[in-house]
Amino acid sequence: MVFLWSFLVGGLICVIGQLLLDVFKLNPGQTLSILVVSGAILNSFGLYERLIDFAGAGATVPITSFGNSLVQGAMHEAEKHGLIGVVTGMFEVTSSGISAAIIFGMIGAIFFKPKG
Amino acid sequence: MNHSPSTSKNNYKQIAQKKDPKRPLVKNCIRAFLIGGAICTIGQCISFFYMYFFNFTEQTVGNPTTATLIFLTMLLTGFGFYDDIAQFAGAGTAVPVTGFGNAVISAAIEHRSEGFVQGVGGNMFKLAGSVILFGVFSAFVLALIKTILLELGVI
Repeated sequence: MVFLWSFLVGGLICVIGQLLLDVFKLNPGQTLSILVVSGAILNSFGLYERLIDFAGAGATVPITSFGNSLVQGAMHEAEKHGLIGVVTGMFEVTSSGISAAIIFGMIGAIFFKPKG
Repeated sequence: MNHSPSTSKNNYKQIAQKKDPKRPLVKNCIRAFLIGGAICTIGQCISFFYMYFFNFTEQTVGNPTTATLIFLTMLLTGFGFYDDIAQFAGAGTAVPVTGFGNAVISAAIEHRSEGFVQGVGGNMFKLAGSVILFGVFSAFVLALIKTILLELGVI
């Protein structure tokens, strides 16, 4: 069942992205930025975690979850260390996406040749 | 032919708008829905793998899933398949984390000829940088407000 929900929710988030691109004529950078910020806003109202419980990877795979986990990490650390934790905890939860992108970007640059 | 720069700029905009092909909105949305949903379903399969064989919960399994998807993106980008899929799917490949991975990895591969420090290092986040910037800054502002409100006992 969670497969169906992850397909539907993930697909719907992508449709929102497509609408931002086609209807509002935004460029991809602006679209993704808007989605990331929406994920962060949804998390601060405690809604994104519920979406993850409900849709699994349908909520964790789209880029919105990046904003979600940034706020989550910041809030987690802020509970322990107060205001300074907002800065120090920022990447606590979401390090994997960025580190994976950097590591595999480097490996890709070493092993693959640019095309065209 | 004495066009002032502003008129020719306006003309250009008008002409460009007229020549801009109508984007097939419904078709694009269906494609984005199908491919985006499929990528998330693949992510769900990877999540189940990590939850079953390692100690991850539903809330934490997003991290290894993300890393695995970005690894697959590297292979697809490196062998040149990703662009074909992206051409078809539009936002369906851009919105999932694979789009973020593709932006970083393709920039890294493309600028390799300029050397590893100047080329790869300097251009890796050329496209993906805005996502990180606005993600981090908005998360900072939101978490700051929330922390202050919590400490004041408002919420």
